[in-house]
Amino acid sequence: MSVWLNSDSRILVQGITGSEGTKHTRRMVASGSNVVAGVTPGKDGQTVDGGRGDIRVYGSVAQAIKATGADVSVVFVPPRFAKAAVIETVDAGVPLCVVITEGIPVGDTAQFFQYAQNAGGTQIIGPNCPGIISPGQSNAGIIPATIAGRGPIGLVSKSGTLTYQMMYELRDIGFSTGIGIGGDPVIGTTHIDALAAFEADPDTEAIVMIGEIGGDAEERAAAYIADNVNKPVVGYVAGFTAPEGKTMGHAGAIVSGSSGTAAAKADALEAAGVRVGKTPSATAALMRDLLGG
Amino acid sequence: MDLFEYQAKELFAKHGVPVTPGAVAFTRAEARSAAEKYGGLVVVKAQVKTGGRGKAGGVKLADSADDAEAKAGEILGLDIKGYVVRRLLITPAADIETEYYVSFLLDRANRTYLAMASVEGGMDIEEVARTKPEALARVPIDALTGVDEAKAREIVAKANFPADVADQVADVLRKLWRVIVEEDATLVEVNPLVKTPGGEILALDGKVTLDENADFRHPDNAVYLVHDEVDPLELAAKEKDLNYVKLDGSVGIIGNGAGLVMSTLDVVAYAGEEFGGVKPANFLDIGGGASAEVMANGLEIILSDPQVKAVFVNVFGGITSCDAVANGIVQAFTMLAERGDAVNLPIVCRLDGNNAAEGRQILDGAEHGVVELVDTMDAAARRVAELAAAK
Repeated sequence: MSVWLNSDSRILVQGITGSEGTKHTRRMVASGSNVVAGVTPGKDGQTVDGGRGDIRVYGSVAQAIKATGADVSVVFVPPRFAKAAVIETVDAGVPLCVVITEGIPVGDTAQFFQYAQNAGGTQIIGPNCPGIISPGQSNAGIIPATIAGRGPIGLVSKSGTLTYQMMYELRDIGFSTGIGIGGDPVIGTTHIDALAAFEADPDTEAIVMIGEIGGDAEERAAAYIADNVNKPVVGYVAGFTAPEGKTMGHAGAIVSGSSGTAAAKADALEAAGVRVGKTPSATAALMRDLLGG
Repeated sequence: MDLFEYQAKELFAKHGVPVTPGAVAFTRAEARSAAEKYGGLVVVKAQVKTGGRGKAGGVKLADSADDAEAKAGEILGLDIKGYVVRRLLITPAADIETEYYVSFLLDRANRTYLAMASVEGGMDIEEVARTKPEALARVPIDALTGVDEAKAREIVAKANFPADVADQVADVLRKLWRVIVEEDATLVEVNPLVKTPGGEILALDGKVTLDENADFRHPDNAVYLVHDEVDPLELAAKEKDLNYVKLDGSVGIIGNGAGLVMSTLDVVAYAGEEFGGVKPANFLDIGGGASAEVMANGLEIILSDPQVKAVFVNVFGGITSCDAVANGIVQAFTMLAERGDAVNLPIVCRLDGNNAAEGRQILDGAEHGVVELVDTMDAAARRVAELAAAK
């Protein structure tokens, strides 16, 4: 098992003919993912060299699904076309849509999220996220597959590079699934969605949750953990020393007023029984400790 | 990006929301001539991107052109919560019978929009929300269906707007929603929305936040970036598409990925406690796929900050490969040397992940004498704090 992505997953790449799409398709293939199709409107019938053979490009998601039975879509299309791309995926009934694209207007995201909610059949991860990886099985997105192998830890994080850093710190133990949910103000998969999936996954023994300043997602996750998660959870929150009112890169990472601070988030997590590390390495040490060293 | 009140009102007017006329003044003389133009009672309002202007003495009534000039003199240069007043809005004073509150904002928790409205506007709405939550109506807005006639009526009814203004307020709500949709705003707030003794509804104040991710749909929005209100280093960084925030400390920070950079700020501040409170000088995220050129631009910005005593380059090579980052550092040295600004500050680098060994080799081989490689993030943070403290 693992969460949402496994060795049976059949991946299609939207925006496969763009430079990022092609580059990361090759990386996904190299890490053992089964990339079965690409989609770029107007380029039906072309192929892209995936590094282990050509990958057929289709003009629409529906065509690609019909021909290949793909059940995961990874979206690399530029911001201005992202909303249409996700809506197409939802219409085609793809169960998992991973939106890597950075810089999508939040109004567009709010609309395609609502559209997916109304349709009911598609889980969206992202946008502005590194994707999801079940090491040794499949990799849908841009998380480097060489950092860590398969193991008992489930990881959920808003931040891409902190995902990499934490996987690196715990590379000797390994991961069932790592999920980068993205740092935008509106995201399709939340910490809570990932926690619920890890709690239900027999391959996951412990969970590491990485948050950052802004919003109240971590506080809500803490409340969820207190009531619903029996597996041990270790937490890390970035941005303790960030000044109030300054946006720090992620559209979501802004502190305004008293809520949304790293201290408030860490306190909420600790109150829910989560052990919170002060730095990534201290957090990794807590996990190591928890799993018996 | 937050807009000034006068910019928000321009957008309101563009979408048909009733506002009072206004003129922007940068000097006392300009305030005087605006007051002369309008005649009678005017309001002189500080234009700063923060709340609590009234309490801070940033909003004053003036009954003549002489008075407007005097009031402008009192307000220009005021420091309101760290924002120095450089511009004023001069606007004819409206007769106010009742003050209301209306807003639309992105509701992150529910991943949609929220309308808020109250017939008890004018004062601090957070205070109303805290002490009289029943007086502030909250109505979720579906991102796809938005605010149609029925939704506007629902907001009006839930907030108990009186019947004599219901039609006008519903109309204003629909127009304000158009600002959200057509301008890609994430916040539109009017406090107060007033009813005049003549029964007219007017937006007397306005706050608008625009989504910069949507700038590609709004090429004209560049006019809203007011250069004299932005830190010069932040402006230089913005021109190079770098994600830079100026802070107060002495350790320059460059990293890839917002989360890792935030984490780096924390780790440096913790390490700095040991050295008399050394702190980060900035936040700079060179992004997930940063090239050599981006690294060079970033280093250039950081080294031009006179407060910086030492620099920490903290990179985890995911998409970015560490050899590209190392090449960027070496290139930046060359670029800066060619302009006569040789790098003489200590630079501590921590490279891990994709092609880390190659990256370290490039830095080891380059003849620069200022770069120090440290293996872990914690040890590198401690070293850079130590170097900054010693300067």
